[in-house]
Amino acid sequence: MPKLTINGIEVEVEQGTSIIQAAEQIGIEIPRFCYHDKLSVPANCRMCLVEVEGGPPKPVASCAMACGEGMVVKTDTEMVHKARKGVMEFLLINHPLDCPICDQGGECDLQDQAVAYGYDRSRYHENKRAVADKELGPLIKTTMTRCIQCTRCVRLGEEVAGVTELGLMHRGEDVEIDTFVEKAVSSEMSGNMIDVCPVGALTSKPYEFKARPWELSKTESIDVHDAVGSNVRIDARGGEVMRVLPRLHEEINEEWISDKTRFAYDGLKKRRLDRPWIKNEKTGKLEEADWNEAFTLIAEKMKSRKADKRAFIAGDMIDVEAMVAAKDLAEAIGGAALECRIDGATFDTSSRSGYLFNTSIAATEEADAILLVGVNPRTEAAMINARILKAVRHNKAKVGVIGKACDLNYAYDHIGTTAKDLEAFKTSKAAFAKAFKAAKKPMIILGMGALQGEDGQAVHALAHEIAKTYKVVKPEWNGFNMLHNAASRVGALDVGFAQDDFYIGDASFVYLLGADFDTSFLNSKAFVVYQGHHGDLGAHRADVILPGAAYTEKTALYVNTEGRVQQTLRAVMPPGDAREDWTILRALSAFLNTPLPYNTHQQLRDRIVKEWAQFGTLDVVPSETWEAFGKKGKVSKDVIAPAYENIYMTNAICRASETMKACTQEFFLSKQEDMAEAAE
Amino acid sequence: MLADKDRIFTNIYGWETAGLKDAKKRGDWDKTASLIKKGREWIIDEMKASGLRGRGGAGFPTGMKWSFMPDPEKSGKPHYLVINADESEPGTCKDRDILRHEPHKLLEGALLAGFAMGAHKAYIYIRGEFYNEGSSINKAIAEAYDAGLLGKNAAKSGWDFDVVLHRGAGAYICGEETALIESLEGNKGQPRNKPPFPAMAGLYSCPTTVNNVETIAVAPTILRRGGAWFAGLGKDEKNTGTKLFCISGHVNNPCNVEEEMGIPLKELIETHAGGVRGGWDNLLAVIPGGSSTPLLPKDICDNITMDFDTLRGAQSGLGTAAVIVMDKSTDIIYAIARLSHFYMHESCGQCTPCREGTGWIWRVMTRMVKGDATVEEIDMLMDVTKEIEGHTICAHGDASAWPVQGLIRHFRPVIERRIMEYRKNAA
Repeated sequence: MPKLTINGIEVEVEQGTSIIQAAEQIGIEIPRFCYHDKLSVPANCRMCLVEVEGGPPKPVASCAMACGEGMVVKTDTEMVHKARKGVMEFLLINHPLDCPICDQGGECDLQDQAVAYGYDRSRYHENKRAVADKELGPLIKTTMTRCIQCTRCVRLGEEVAGVTELGLMHRGEDVEIDTFVEKAVSSEMSGNMIDVCPVGALTSKPYEFKARPWELSKTESIDVHDAVGSNVRIDARGGEVMRVLPRLHEEINEEWISDKTRFAYDGLKKRRLDRPWIKNEKTGKLEEADWNEAFTLIAEKMKSRKADKRAFIAGDMIDVEAMVAAKDLAEAIGGAALECRIDGATFDTSSRSGYLFNTSIAATEEADAILLVGVNPRTEAAMINARILKAVRHNKAKVGVIGKACDLNYAYDHIGTTAKDLEAFKTSKAAFAKAFKAAKKPMIILGMGALQGEDGQAVHALAHEIAKTYKVVKPEWNGFNMLHNAASRVGALDVGFAQDDFYIGDASFVYLLGADFDTSFLNSKAFVVYQGHHGDLGAHRADVILPGAAYTEKTALYVNTEGRVQQTLRAVMPPGDAREDWTILRALSAFLNTPLPYNTHQQLRDRIVKEWAQFGTLDVVPSETWEAFGKKGKVSKDVIAPAYENIYMTNAICRASETMKACTQEFFLSKQEDMAEAAE
Repeated sequence: MLADKDRIFTNIYGWETAGLKDAKKRGDWDKTASLIKKGREWIIDEMKASGLRGRGGAGFPTGMKWSFMPDPEKSGKPHYLVINADESEPGTCKDRDILRHEPHKLLEGALLAGFAMGAHKAYIYIRGEFYNEGSSINKAIAEAYDAGLLGKNAAKSGWDFDVVLHRGAGAYICGEETALIESLEGNKGQPRNKPPFPAMAGLYSCPTTVNNVETIAVAPTILRRGGAWFAGLGKDEKNTGTKLFCISGHVNNPCNVEEEMGIPLKELIETHAGGVRGGWDNLLAVIPGGSSTPLLPKDICDNITMDFDTLRGAQSGLGTAAVIVMDKSTDIIYAIARLSHFYMHESCGQCTPCREGTGWIWRVMTRMVKGDATVEEIDMLMDVTKEIEGHTICAHGDASAWPVQGLIRHFRPVIERRIMEYRKNAA
């Protein structure tokens, strides 16, 4: 623990702390461009130079210099000012003076630091350098003349996203960031390059010329496009979500979010349901209605069906409050089937440890052997994949895959493609099996892909057996994990929104709570209510449509795949007549003459916490007791299909998003075309 | 003047062949094993006693550098010796002649140095343009392996030692030791931050020492004749031994010559290079140590001696001891502008001051060649060089700043006159 003095303030820091970090700890700001706490340290911008007494008679880069015992550091001397001013001047001589038309304006490191450390006028009278812009795909807009060559984007690509797509080409004045062959940056984490770019060289294409940061209201919320629960900040202006940015959460998404999380927001403005609709029985066409008409009709139909013919189906982005209200409503009217697994996954929901990501996202990077079953973490949970990448890079973790071979950004052993192969793995003598046996912190990640067949329960039981055989669960380490894809799923399972022996085709009254799936499974004679925010698959089949609120428009609870309870906060108001989902159910209950016993959100929360105490505390990862789960049975010989073919089109918001459509074309369809061509 | 008996490079002009037979006749590979038997500490102590300073330009004491390597028994990692044969400093051509005509001195030195620092492997990183020199080294390596001087139990010393030649691609920056290591590893040749120094984490993150060709090549003779002999030559205890000087430019007989450290510049030029073209009085300035060292005007050249500390005292440096002589026909502003272009072109572009500053300097210098500038811009130019100097990852920034600083320091009136003339003509 070296002790050093910075500007006369004594500070004791961990071994290996750099001067810039130590200064940060005591609140001394050192300007920087290339340094980023989550990336490697190239020390190339030279902005963070400080004076170290007794060292060589020149300033040192504080980001790359580790603190030493007795060091005396000064950040406020003549030498330091001279160095900073010089670096600032050099950065600006070839930087265009286009701040008024630059999207980074107002949140630009270069702009801020130029004010704080730069000269007030230019001494450079030569021609400025211009750099050709690069075409990096539908997400990242480039203005390469603004680039200051800090290489943060290059390092982010290599170290966090795990793809070497960008590099610093050429040398001297001619250096530029580029893909070596012109191509779109295809990483599912590419949007983060925009965040780390300290200037306006890489900016968001969908957000291009849309808003200034000081016009935006910022709401700290969470994301619901996958089950990770990434922490985000929703920037809105008026009633419109302008962009979504990551928010630091060390245990979940660190400083990153996936491209889907970041860019799908334009889907929130399209195909929205903003008033109730009722299908005209004669013409089969939907007609505008008011709430009274809709509720009256629903109440009538609901009451006329027997309890065992009624079903409530919860979709992938539904909050806990809505599901609890639906559950209470179902009970109040005498019962109904409740189900949330609209992707067809079946597994045992009796034990919480059987359906959680028990290891926790943060601890994933400690793993030393990981078995992926029917899951592509790179597309299904990019944040968790980033942790696996860390485990592979830093712990030399071995990865084995059972399921269809997929394009992961690390090497893996492809063990098999079917559940039978999983069965055989119990007694396998392959290299990966040996490594898995020897591992101190092994992990199984069971994906929805493996559970979507009829053998779901059996696969679930088999995974339990494997966990036992390979001692994956130890007193201090629970390596059994289920990776969900739906933000609502764990919350739904927690509140009992799932049941076995249920066949949707039998129901004659179906209440789709934001559930968008292949409705051909529904009984063609069934009366279908769709409550949700998008005119998507569910609404197309509905007899009555009730407009709900999207995740940016409500304060609501979600449980991520780890079992961590988090909440969204309302950033904008829902459009038109749309309401928060639980309030719609509450209003409907009155028409059924069984009013639910809560009138405010707080009352509903209290009701939830009363039954399920875990919802009382936010942001805690539970540690569940390890129990038996699953039903042993025969497993299928069929190839385990991935949960999604196209990751950019997984829910109603994405399907309404132009950006996601462009991504589908650029990263999915064109790849398939390439493959088709290659096959020919 | 250096006596012939004290000459280390007796075949620097290639009067005999570079082959092993002739090399042995000149004393190379003579009882190498017995030197190794004396042990690691003895070798390092002798090198320290000799006062040898690195011949690549920076002049860091070689014995001390070798002693920085961790104990090979304790470090648990392979150690590497890397020999820097990426001789690209304009004006410098000494290593080339060693590679051509005295390769066995280098290989024997590599074995001795490698043993002293616990390395079983040496890489010679040679400049890509040195095609023939690379071939010459390869031939010598093959001869040495055939004769059992390299490989397992090299020269019967009990020490296994391999030497590998690696050809660079001709980037000046790859002569910087950490950029050289990066390049050797297969990466883009960009200098690394220090610390960690290569002795702690160098090639493949293992302890590494990077030495200049000349430094390694003089080691066997120093060890055979004793550190005291080497220390007895030269100017004082900090500037010892002999040194290869490369004299080029406006002299009657440009040459490489081995001379004593601290020889007066005038004597060096007049004795070995046939004097300045048109006589000593026709001298305008001398760049004493390769393109990066600031030039010296004639009045300083009259009395200066060629050694590390004296030249540093004159705000220049010995560098690689590449003496570039310029007579009065030289357009000194253009000459330095040309060097500025070189440093701009060779900047790796990694860190800000060098990437942006070198181009700025060159552009201003280009205008100053014509006189298309203002007098205030001379001060601004000086200030820009000061903003680069000392603020970069490697010494390339300093090297780009120094020639311009030297020019302004000594030839400011010339620049001003040029500006005035240009204005007069323009008006």
